[in-house]
Amino acid sequence: MSRIDTTFAKLKQQQRKALIPFITAGDPSQQLTVPLMHGLVAAGADVLELGVPFSDPMADGPTIQRASERALKNGMSLRGVLGMVAEFRKQDATTPVVLMGYGNPIEAMGWEVFAQRCAEVGVDGVLTVDFPPEESHDAFEHLQRYNIAPIFLLAPTTKEARIQQVAKLARGYVYYVSLKGVTGSGSIDLSAIEDKMPQLRKHIQLPIGVGFGIRDAATAKAVAKLCDGVVVGSRIVQEIESSNDNNVVANVVKLVNELRVAIDN
Amino acid sequence: MRRRSQHSSKRLNRLTYNFPDSTGHFGQFGGTYMAETLIPAVEELTAQYLRFKDDPEFKAELAYELKHYVGRPSPIYHAKRLSESLGGAQIYLKREDLNHTGAHKINSAMGQALLAKRMGKKRVIAETGAGMHGVATATVAARFGMECIVYMGAEDIQRQAPNVFRMKLLGATVVPVESGSKTLKDACNEAIRDWVTNVESTFYIFGTAAGPHPYPMMVRDFQSVIGNEARVQMPEMIGRQPDAVIACVGGGSNAIGLFHPYIEVPNVQIIGVEAGGYGIASGKHAAPLTANAKVGVLHGNKVNLMQDENGQIIETHSISAGLDYPGVGPEHCLLKEIGRAQYVAADDDEAIAAFDALCRFEGIIPALESSHALAHAIKIAPTMAKDKVLLVNLSGRGDKDMNTVARIKGITL
Repeated sequence: MSRIDTTFAKLKQQQRKALIPFITAGDPSQQLTVPLMHGLVAAGADVLELGVPFSDPMADGPTIQRASERALKNGMSLRGVLGMVAEFRKQDATTPVVLMGYGNPIEAMGWEVFAQRCAEVGVDGVLTVDFPPEESHDAFEHLQRYNIAPIFLLAPTTKEARIQQVAKLARGYVYYVSLKGVTGSGSIDLSAIEDKMPQLRKHIQLPIGVGFGIRDAATAKAVAKLCDGVVVGSRIVQEIESSNDNNVVANVVKLVNELRVAIDN
Repeated sequence: MRRRSQHSSKRLNRLTYNFPDSTGHFGQFGGTYMAETLIPAVEELTAQYLRFKDDPEFKAELAYELKHYVGRPSPIYHAKRLSESLGGAQIYLKREDLNHTGAHKINSAMGQALLAKRMGKKRVIAETGAGMHGVATATVAARFGMECIVYMGAEDIQRQAPNVFRMKLLGATVVPVESGSKTLKDACNEAIRDWVTNVESTFYIFGTAAGPHPYPMMVRDFQSVIGNEARVQMPEMIGRQPDAVIACVGGGSNAIGLFHPYIEVPNVQIIGVEAGGYGIASGKHAAPLTANAKVGVLHGNKVNLMQDENGQIIETHSISAGLDYPGVGPEHCLLKEIGRAQYVAADDDEAIAAFDALCRFEGIIPALESSHALAHAIKIAPTMAKDKVLLVNLSGRGDKDMNTVARIKGITL
């Protein structure tokens, strides 16, 4: 069983929901990413989404765009991100790590080399925002060979036939984008998520995480009731942006802990 | 008999070039590399485009607008004094600069606006580099009473101030884009973000023959009016087709519009001219095909792409905002790969020299983008016999470039 599957199975047994925070690797600095990852776990994160910065993050709002710019300025590369996961694994052998980003840095490395490196360093899943199932044949083949879960997005605009298609290919969990828009934008429509869930559940046996637009503990709690996991990105990245090197880990731990408590109660 | 079999093998070749395939791929290039939220939107667009493109009513309306509003067909002009000064091949110009709004961009903006109208979309968005596509979109939006938002890099807003004012006069909202390199690629990113957010109400009028399927096909089809007219006009003028067709390539919409109808015409050389910037060797250019840039994925399609070894997109340089883009349309990548077209670069200085030459010899002020195509014609014409003919796509006029050219010449307007 993969780390992702084990994690969700355990949560299900405990009747708890997953908390899945996102940070961009290399933001605010390369040195602080691994400490932040450990801090997230200590604060109650179940799965970590680690952003691979890209020069042209088309699906991201201003907050994560700025994080990508800072990370690239700090010399972050896909190679470097994989190194960070290896470093993280020295102390944490159980928490699943999912890399999230855009396809081109992986294309440049080559999917086969990438998948092999993922397996070596202990990456569990990969989410490429701009590679829908139609364009993921090569990617899927290599990821599967090394037991890396391809994580797919579903959106409010996704039609039933595509949900079925994604259900066949997806491993680990499925990430439902709760609003039409870029990351960090707008406010979430809870009743729309509630309405969409039965259609998703009909085809998808995997756990369903919901993200985009979750900005506070109350919303996280309300969303958690409707699905299997809550993804929080821009809000955490914002906390990193407004902190300094000395207090960033503590501030992020405090925020994520508040989310954890809200979700569990 | 022999002649006949040669003829039929040509016909066979003709039948084999049929791109994109049903999934929007031009060989290994193209595709639909988009975030999930937009996939249903591009699928819907493909379905609607395929439904209307051969619809007699749609075709008639487009033909009417192109004739009476855009001013088509655009003439072909024999640049005699320029040709004489070079002492070689004859240079002919396809005068897209004479279209309403001053460039080829309106051909596709009009087609897409008519499609938007049929799809019931009342809000259109666009990205723009030099501003010509923004102006064309603002124009058709005014013509059909649609709300129009144009995304433009802050750097380009500086370079192309007159076009910004034109868009505003036409009722469009021009949004400056401050992220990344603040040029065309960043304007594209921002327009895509708008589309993700407003996908149900909004039609994205894309400016070039790139992006996710169906844009490379749809924009090419709308721009092919250029080459289709030329194929009729050249025999009328000189009794045959030209020896070469030449066009500038940024994303490559004017080029594919001229080239596509010539792909299956034998003995016509096809030459795309990219922006050489400070020179290919300098690395500061916008010529992914000439420089053999690695294949990658950006803005919804797989193409030759200027990137570093880590797959990050690198900043490009060109004197011309309209060519200042790290990628290129997927069909150009394919045409290069199969050897049907050749891609070269003209640098900033060569483009300026060509710009000056056309002003002085012919009384035509070309766009800096089109000046790149002209620069290559000027380079090769002297090496060719006087009865050879080069057809250059004069894709736009240079009024918008007055500030840039004045600055280069050290003149304050």
